Amino acid sequence: MATQNGNVNGNGVGQETATWRVKAGLAQMLKGGVIMDVVTPEHAKIAEEAGACAVMALERVPADIRANGGVARMSDPDMIQGIIEAVSIPVMAKARIGHFVEAQILEAIGVDYIDESEVLTPADEAYHINKHNFKVPFVCGCRNLGEALRRVGEGAAMIRTKGEAGTGDVVEAVRHARTVLGEIRRLQNMPEEELMTYAKEIGAPYDLVKETRELGRLPVVNFAAGGVATPADAALMMQLGVDGVFVGSGIFKSGNPAKRAKAIVEAVTHYNNAEILAEVSKNLGEAMVGINVSSLPQGELLAERGW
Amino acid sequence: MISPQNLTLRQGDTPAFNSSLKIGVLALQGAFLEHANMVRRLGATSVEVRLPRDLADLDGLIIPGGESTTIGKLASQFGLLDPLHQFIDNGRAVWGTCAGLIFLAKDIGATGTGGHVVPPRLEVMDVTVNRNAFGRQVASFEADLNLTFADDGPFHALFIRAPKIEAVGDGVDVLATLDDGTIVAARQGNLLGTSFHPELTDDLRFHHYFLTMAEQKPSS
Repeated sequence: MATQNGNVNGNGVGQETATWRVKAGLAQMLKGGVIMDVVTPEHAKIAEEAGACAVMALERVPADIRANGGVARMSDPDMIQGIIEAVSIPVMAKARIGHFVEAQILEAIGVDYIDESEVLTPADEAYHINKHNFKVPFVCGCRNLGEALRRVGEGAAMIRTKGEAGTGDVVEAVRHARTVLGEIRRLQNMPEEELMTYAKEIGAPYDLVKETRELGRLPVVNFAAGGVATPADAALMMQLGVDGVFVGSGIFKSGNPAKRAKAIVEAVTHYNNAEILAEVSKNLGEAMVGINVSSLPQGELLAERGW
Repeated sequence: MISPQNLTLRQGDTPAFNSSLKIGVLALQGAFLEHANMVRRLGATSVEVRLPRDLADLDGLIIPGGESTTIGKLASQFGLLDPLHQFIDNGRAVWGTCAGLIFLAKDIGATGTGGHVVPPRLEVMDVTVNRNAFGRQVASFEADLNLTFADDGPFHALFIRAPKIEAVGDGVDVLATLDDGTIVAARQGNLLGTSFHPELTDDLRFHHYFLTMAEQKPSS
């Protein structure tokens, strides 16, 4: 598959950077962890202290993007560099869909992963970034298997379900995870002669459909995102079968971010242990207020963005 | 390399160990599934360890790669530090890869200061390890290693935001180096540390080496 995008460079004799395996490999190190949206270095420190396995830098958390409207863009590079300096865990940052220059800037300042994200206002209504062109790895959102494999085909080394960011309503994250994982289960039961037509139907590269069938899972790490607000939400996503969880507005729009962040980290590790889940869910203060996704008009659904 | 869930054997694998050999994989956060698959491919039994009670009856323990801060904090919060010290004092074999190596190291050098969060660690292995010493993710790399314990060719290794072993104490054997002499694998008695990820490749030699260490546990 995407192994052609490695570069031999001057990192010493016989050493190769930016290979597919090191890009996908960092995502493997994030598994079983929580990646938290942060807006400032202070947020990032709270997230690291709580046990986040990485932070995601963005201009405004999705709930504020929703509330304030306007065009949501890549965060100020100075703010991202401040976050990079503040913590020792990996720092991810969001670029707009199709905005490859924002991605070039993020690569230049040394972020560890770029999220080509539907949460920001798309810069291109037809095409995503050619992610093979970059040394830094990318994570992208998906609602179904076809969308996930199109993004992997473009070079994404990690996938997350989209959910519906900034709502605190986990229903869309569940829908997207069940869709992707259910499609993989059906694919595994398909006879080989049906694969090409199936690939055509879901709009996914044939080779990646075949690889997914052989592995019984996506060929890259798959996190849940979009609407996770409580430790129970996070454990629910883990029990459904994702590799880890992104939490956006759910932490810093809640009453006690530090405590809730720590509880969600513990819930992802012990997702199968209801006694521990009960313990960590106690006395977390106010959860984010939340918006019922079914009350949102069609035009305000962020998950619809992406092609 | 993404491996399928619960892989047992691949074509061409010859199970070299008995299923009675029980190897724990610390499953707090990180790439624990990949280690468990490698253990099973060698014929041994793998067990996920999240709480102190999971350490019972194990012959060895692998501490996987992941985020050292996350793993250290969770180990501390769920009361694993003392039981892990006990496990090591009892002569059980323990192997840390990447974040796991940081978790074992006595000294994390300059990366333990400067206002950064210093994760709780076991501080048992007499090595100085610098976190993210090769740089950020864009500097992550693949390279061939020279092994001191095997003469059947180089070991192709993945380094991901990897730590570097800057110095080793007395009684620590160097097991692998980069071409420039940088130490990337070492052993001290029942402790093994690697700054790279054998679990992300197809080469079973390091897992084989560790399972042999685990077999040699003192009788209890």
